[in-house]
Amino acid sequence: MVEVKTRDAELARRAWDAAATVVDPEIPVLTIADLGVLREVDVTDGRVDVAITPTYSGCPAMNMIALEIELALERAGFRDAKVRTVLSPAWTTDWMSEEGRRKLKAYGIAPPQPASSRRALFGVPQVACPQCGSDNTELLSEFGSTSCKALWRCKACREPFDYFKCH
Amino acid sequence: MAAASIEVSETPLVLYTLRRADDALILGHRLSEWCGHAPILEEDMALSNMALDLIGQARELYSYAAQVEGKGNDEDKLAYLRDVRQYRNLLLVEQPNGDFANTMVRQLFYSVFADLYWSAMVASTDPTLQAIAAKSEKESAYHVRHCSEWVIRLGDGTEDSHARAQAAIDRLWAFTGEMFAVDDVERGLIDKGAAVDPASLLPQWLATVSGVVQEATLTLPQNDWMQQGGRSGRHSEHLGHLLSELQSMQRTFPGVSW
Repeated sequence: MVEVKTRDAELARRAWDAAATVVDPEIPVLTIADLGVLREVDVTDGRVDVAITPTYSGCPAMNMIALEIELALERAGFRDAKVRTVLSPAWTTDWMSEEGRRKLKAYGIAPPQPASSRRALFGVPQVACPQCGSDNTELLSEFGSTSCKALWRCKACREPFDYFKCH
Repeated sequence: MAAASIEVSETPLVLYTLRRADDALILGHRLSEWCGHAPILEEDMALSNMALDLIGQARELYSYAAQVEGKGNDEDKLAYLRDVRQYRNLLLVEQPNGDFANTMVRQLFYSVFADLYWSAMVASTDPTLQAIAAKSEKESAYHVRHCSEWVIRLGDGTEDSHARAQAAIDRLWAFTGEMFAVDDVERGLIDKGAAVDPASLLPQWLATVSGVVQEATLTLPQNDWMQQGGRSGRHSEHLGHLLSELQSMQRTFPGVSW
């Protein structure tokens, strides 16, 4: 029994690594691990159970992400995998890794500000331009090209940019 | 051959969950009707985004209702294969979009309620409703901010936008009371702590809505006569037309998928 458990733990680590390579189809520089969407990977008797959590209730990328996880696991040799969606605890931008924030910025998307709260949700955030770094920016639209982004503009370099909403 | 409607065993928890799912789906569908028609591109995206949030909430709620019912129904069957009299949404959310002011006032009335409702439901003793609430309250808070700003801008804008926003308030006001009504079905769930008493949310709703309306230089009607019926399936003539569009594919090609 102990031996089986050890093997499952080792397999779970490998399965996590495989699942963690899946990227968000709408922000392809971020992996689902960077985003905090990948919550749990368990292996029991060789069967993989993956838990993911949606960023927004209606995020259309979730189906795609679930399919990509199954494919990634299959490529890593896991034939028997199940992906389930968990709602609780609710996803927050605070789960985004430092690495994720750095990659987002390099990609041209201003990362969410940490410590999300209702105050942050309602307050007007100070968002730095991911292109030139200036704080002289303004909100163009609270809703952007995907559920998780808002549209901003830099008044210094005049470039529009996406801001990953604090949530 | 057209697909027939399904039967739903409406135990209190199933009915309660369906009512909230129907609110979210119907309002989400209404907002999606703006896609490609909004006054500016940013607003087109905003309305579609809010529609997406609501339809996402509806999917979670329908899936839960189907699971609790346990009769082999699923989120798609519940959305696509129930007739107008089986729909349990608030009359407010099925009202036609009208002009942009009408859509924003309708959204303000609903979102302020939804924000308070989901925030309170985070303390529900039902773990699934609690989890859905934790996601929905953040989304609703964002919607409140967006439509509040628009109602203020329209009310405190031009003579025309002011008149349209005021007309929307006057037109929709009688549909707001239904949000705070409680029947026996819900009373039992409220007593168990699974649901919140919506009447307890009214003072805060009124304070928030009044604040926005006042800043918008608009006024709330003094008339407190309220129209009800949606929760028990008695709808305005508008819902049937909405459903005929929403359900046409599944009704015409039963079980179609892509």
